[in-house]
Amino acid sequence: MNSAFAWLFDPEHWSGPSGFPARILEHLTYTGIAVLIAAAIAVPLGAVIGHTGKGTFLVAGLSNGLRALPELGLLTLLVLLTWVGLLPLVISLVILAIPPILAGTYSGVRNVDRAAVDAAHGMGMRGPTVLARVELPNALPLIIGGLRAATLQVIATATIAAYVSLGGLGRFVIDGNNAGAGSPDGYPQMAAGAIAVAVLALLMEGLLELVERLVVSPGVRNQSRARRAVRLRRRPTTDLVENPT
Amino acid sequence: MIEFQAVTKQYPDGTVAVDNLDLAVEDGGITVFVGPSGCGKTTSLRMINRMIDPTGGRILLDGKDIRESDPPLLRRGIGYVIQHAGLFPHRTVLDNVATVPLLTGQSRRAARSRAGELLELVGLPAKLAKRYPAQLSGGQQQRVGVARALAADPPVLLMDEPFSAVDPIVRDDLQQQLLRLQSELDKTIVFVTHDIDEAIKLGDRVAVFRVGGRLAQYDDPSALLARPADDFVSSFVGRDRGYRALGFLDAGGVPVGPVATVRAGEQATADQLDDGWAVAVDAENRPLGWVSAELLSTMDGSVNADRLVSGGSLFEVDSSAGTTAGSLRNALDAALSSPSAVGIAIDGDGAVVGGVTADTVLAALADARRAGEVPA
Amino acid sequence: MNIDWPWPWLPANTDDIAEATGEHLYLALLPVLVGLLVSIPLGWAASRWRVARGILVPLAGVLYTIPSLALITLVPLVLGTQIIDPLNVQVPLAVYTIALLVRSVSDALRAVPSEVTAAATAVGYRPLHRFLTVELPLAVPVIVAGLRVAVVSAMSLTAVGALVGIGGLGQLITEGFLRNNGVELVAAIVLIVVIALIIDALLLLVGRIATPWTRTAKGVNS
Repeated sequence: MNSAFAWLFDPEHWSGPSGFPARILEHLTYTGIAVLIAAAIAVPLGAVIGHTGKGTFLVAGLSNGLRALPELGLLTLLVLLTWVGLLPLVISLVILAIPPILAGTYSGVRNVDRAAVDAAHGMGMRGPTVLARVELPNALPLIIGGLRAATLQVIATATIAAYVSLGGLGRFVIDGNNAGAGSPDGYPQMAAGAIAVAVLALLMEGLLELVERLVVSPGVRNQSRARRAVRLRRRPTTDLVENPT
Repeated sequence: MIEFQAVTKQYPDGTVAVDNLDLAVEDGGITVFVGPSGCGKTTSLRMINRMIDPTGGRILLDGKDIRESDPPLLRRGIGYVIQHAGLFPHRTVLDNVATVPLLTGQSRRAARSRAGELLELVGLPAKLAKRYPAQLSGGQQQRVGVARALAADPPVLLMDEPFSAVDPIVRDDLQQQLLRLQSELDKTIVFVTHDIDEAIKLGDRVAVFRVGGRLAQYDDPSALLARPADDFVSSFVGRDRGYRALGFLDAGGVPVGPVATVRAGEQATADQLDDGWAVAVDAENRPLGWVSAELLSTMDGSVNADRLVSGGSLFEVDSSAGTTAGSLRNALDAALSSPSAVGIAIDGDGAVVGGVTADTVLAALADARRAGEVPA
Repeated sequence: MNIDWPWPWLPANTDDIAEATGEHLYLALLPVLVGLLVSIPLGWAASRWRVARGILVPLAGVLYTIPSLALITLVPLVLGTQIIDPLNVQVPLAVYTIALLVRSVSDALRAVPSEVTAAATAVGYRPLHRFLTVELPLAVPVIVAGLRVAVVSAMSLTAVGALVGIGGLGQLITEGFLRNNGVELVAAIVLIVVIALIIDALLLLVGRIATPWTRTAKGVNS
């Protein structure tokens, strides 16, 4: 265990293009690009499905089907299908990030108090106005919850990028594994990389929770908790269960 | 008999839910614990089956301290009915009712056949037996709750606001049924409610609790209405208590006078009316409604049963025995709610036997008061 | 890169594929079963005591957040196992299952209406008997929902073990990648997805059969 921490805190491993800062930056870059693209697709789609109630099967189908898809298989397959560089990685990460954001947005919009939506229509708002002024603000906690789940999923999966010769924190695990068990750059390097990934994921989780608190109005936050409890009592939903990563 | 002896329940935060309660619940009959929220009535009830244990004093069930009994065994011998029924959602109606017999070791077949009898007893059709609780209405669920509590034929039945979550019409129905069941089964029932009307309607004895867990008065309902022990009880018993107290006075002294009747579908003239009104009756002399002189003049001489003025409440007298079955309250209400100011008196078959007026009811009340039948 | 589609590979290697599938199932399902058995008492404790909930639920959240490759890599460090021990994959999968189910079980038990538990106590159930025959059955729908997520996720996460040399269908993925063998790669992916969805459907079915009361039409007479 000491050797793992020794490797982790060795100043030599904290500089240069293959040091921790560079790898962390790569990791976050992959994550940021993928989550942004996924959000640009899934938030509007989820909002429209939630608002109109059409295409609900898509949400459930995607979240069930994609949960079973092995990320490693998807990524390696895309790499082998002749694309080179970042593209296969970004595509597979986006595919993985879409279901949680879609489910979060859909459920958020769908679960807005029907009385509030009725009242908005009653005041003369048109559909898009209702969506923008009433449904989306109330859906914010679940949308952010979806983004959070997606981000963590992507951070975890981006670790696998190293296997297809890309960067990120997974590099240390893969390189360590390739160096062999006896080598000083073997398991200590693997463990150091794993610790770094775990810490990064936990920090990001904490950061996103903070963002959620700052962005969501307290009234809506409490409401959504209460509603969640009520929903659980009525019937369990699998839509909102996050995947382990 | 259930005896509370100096029973106190104090919570760790210092709240006293029940304060030094002394009370004896006699065998048979319905004893109602009533009071505002926070008065300790439910806590007192739940101490009887040891859902809650007191912090002071003791409770005796048929002379035996309940602390000597193992709680689950004690509870299997005491029926318990609660608000929302508390049915097991994952079991059919029949299996819900069979719960206690199964717990006490009866065979599944025997327990289910017993459960079937009980469903019938509480007035539920046999076809509901295979349903799940979520498929029943609130009133039906509550009936199943009562059946479940009665399944092991316990001598004591505890009922904790059982009817407060159902609508007024269903509640009235359930109350009537409880009274009917009790007349057949003669259990010792302890019934908790916050509704004083329900307490007076159901209770043979009523214990009024005040906030802080103290017993304010323990009496039979008519005495409670007539002689509230203090200002708290009198304000809790509420407005109209004088009027409601009439419900406990026999209307035997009220003279039933003649009332004009006309038969529906037959010819009638204004001469047949008395003071401008007559009761329209059917072939069996049962009341259908009232006809006024003005109304009759638009009916081409024949009484049209479809165009009557609807009547007020009816006052039932047992004409064969020559005594009245109703109370002064029934009699007065019949008079006050009638469009002609004459209350219709009917016999056990529902046929009109005469009329009563508010004046005669009040006169009868004054006579009873003079004779000392009504406490001043 | 180029990808080859050597179709004859498939019939020639059915034995190896079957063996890898069996290994994959063993690697994925045993931890889920263990996780289920552990999470019921833990979930019960979390539903019962505020302190237990205050510790278990956030801990479950933290463990759930740690990426699988990291957790797999760190098991030898924590448990002292060999680097290619199957436990390195199975322990993390059990941990994920527990992390997921502790919360589900606890929420489901807390969602049992208080009047139902009160009624069960009042008719004379003893605590353990009441838990097993009233509260746990009522929690089954939520537990099954959590279990479905856990099983399906375990099926796909097991593949990550191949990156640190642990078997199962994930090894066909890494092998297919290294040899540019599209058939091997796709066969492994399809097997993982299809088997996961079949198990998911089976769990759904078993859950439905075990909880007939959840399928009743509401409010027939109300």
